[in-house]
Amino acid sequence: MTGHVSIKLASERVNHCVAANNELPRFYTPGEVISGMQDFMRGHGTYTEDDCLKSSVAGVMQKVNKLICIRPLKSRYVGEIGDVVVGRVLEVQQRRWKIETNSRLDSVLQLSSVNLPGGELRRRSAEDEQMMRKHLQEGDLISAEVQSVFSDGSLSLHTRSLKYGKLVQGTLVKVFPSLIKRRKNHFHNLPCGISVIIGNNGYIWISPQQQDILLEDNKDEIQNYELQPVSRTDRETMARVKNCIAALVASKMMLDDTSIMFAFEESLKYDNVKDLLDPEAMLDIAFLAQHRINTVMED
Amino acid sequence: MAGPLLSSTEKIFILHGVQNDYRSDGRSNIDYRPMELETDVVSHASGSARLRLANTDILVGVKTEIDVPKPDNPGKGKIEFFVDCSANATPEFEGRGGEQLANSISNMMQRAYHTSQAFNLKQLCIFEGKQCWKLYVDILILECGGNLCDAVSLAVKAALFNTRLPFVKAALMDGGNVDLQLSDDPYDSKQLDIGCAPLLVTLCKIGDKCVVDPSAEEESCSVISLVVGVTGNPKFYCTEDTTNILNVECKCSTIGMNGPGSVAPKTLKDAINQGIIAAKCLDEALGKALLRERQETIVMKKHSYGFLK
Repeated sequence: MTGHVSIKLASERVNHCVAANNELPRFYTPGEVISGMQDFMRGHGTYTEDDCLKSSVAGVMQKVNKLICIRPLKSRYVGEIGDVVVGRVLEVQQRRWKIETNSRLDSVLQLSSVNLPGGELRRRSAEDEQMMRKHLQEGDLISAEVQSVFSDGSLSLHTRSLKYGKLVQGTLVKVFPSLIKRRKNHFHNLPCGISVIIGNNGYIWISPQQQDILLEDNKDEIQNYELQPVSRTDRETMARVKNCIAALVASKMMLDDTSIMFAFEESLKYDNVKDLLDPEAMLDIAFLAQHRINTVMED
Repeated sequence: MAGPLLSSTEKIFILHGVQNDYRSDGRSNIDYRPMELETDVVSHASGSARLRLANTDILVGVKTEIDVPKPDNPGKGKIEFFVDCSANATPEFEGRGGEQLANSISNMMQRAYHTSQAFNLKQLCIFEGKQCWKLYVDILILECGGNLCDAVSLAVKAALFNTRLPFVKAALMDGGNVDLQLSDDPYDSKQLDIGCAPLLVTLCKIGDKCVVDPSAEEESCSVISLVVGVTGNPKFYCTEDTTNILNVECKCSTIGMNGPGSVAPKTLKDAINQGIIAAKCLDEALGKALLRERQETIVMKKHSYGFLK
């Protein structure tokens, strides 16, 4: 029985860049002059000073006609209506839950915007208010959709669909929100037998695929199901998916189901999942996945 | 220190994983995450090292000073540890928030280095009873990603390996006072013998098993963690033929516990054995990395990488 320890030197540090050298986008730093000319419009992430347009964040430029925006690489999540998010319950309050969603302000989940257990539709009574902690308590993870954005930028969420709600066994991976590709669907059952929820807020939930269980059945059975140990094969695939996402993030690649799946398939040549923690293996996987994305794009 | 908030089902998932000897990133219970090490990062210190273990970032600087030895230990030098938790690591460290954690780590290090089998203080002696070297080991925690103790002890050992003490050129006795003249040449210096310096291994008890190198999530799943200080083996830190160096067995120099839980005697015994095995692997890997870096600096002038990625 020996453990695996690897200590690398800083001189052996891996450069995780996978883009070919000529296509690296120009990177602006805060205070850097973007354009001295006046005939541009000031967009997000920019400000004017001394008749110059300057960047206020560190990121890449996006230009639409005359409008110049700088999209930050690392930022908090800025919500939009309809986004799928994964969040954690921080507090149970009067008729609402406070949810942490990686945005600047905590989000709110109203009692009136959840499906009550049992699925029946009725007015929410005082008893429901008292039962709130039974439904979701501090620390619980949920998947939800952004219902509306308040004037201060905080989000109001809803879980009024069977696909949203409390998340049970699995692991959460936190990435930069700017790396999430907006797609029609953010719930994916990957062919490897794992389901992932790629939240727009940069929180990715990896869990074993749910068997179809009827929610209307007695509650004990569901509770038991939640506590069942996850099988070894599922665990291995989940760990592999998690490490693949980490590899893609280290190389700053956009995340969606295709890129994750490509990375997963490329990672299969490493038998041990823990080998994927090695920076060189991470770069290798990201590079191969990028290559496959490029070939798909060309076709 | 309060870890991240976790739901009960996430905790169950981690618990089952530990029982299965298969953690959420594919490691087994005795595997470490990859680390990155750089020595000689602070130009004004006698020795320094930076270690990054996943998201834990530690910077260690060693400063030297001439001091008077203690009357009960006239032939020994002194070593002192000071831990500083940067508020950059977590907002909890702001103000005096990190003080308790810092004290517990520095006490742990002090205890681990206390025995002469772990670190020979005699090599710090200059003039018995009159003058000795005092090493100030300053540890700066720049980022917290779990498993602080292990990372700190590795970084300290690397920094001590990097430390150079100037040679004494001349000593003048003037009455009871000693006046030392130190060599100005930075290469005219001696290295410390740190082969035996201890490493700390944190063993987090999750369920009835222990894991090394817990992530922040795993740390918040366990009620108690054991910290085992294990002395190193000098043969991993020598470039010469290792046959004539005594093969020193690893010894446990200190044990500490963090957290409100309890440990059964059998679990404790298993945990200590597990800690010794883990420390041996760590020691070997650290020695290899340090010797490799020394080899590189001989060939060409050292390029400092620092914190920029």
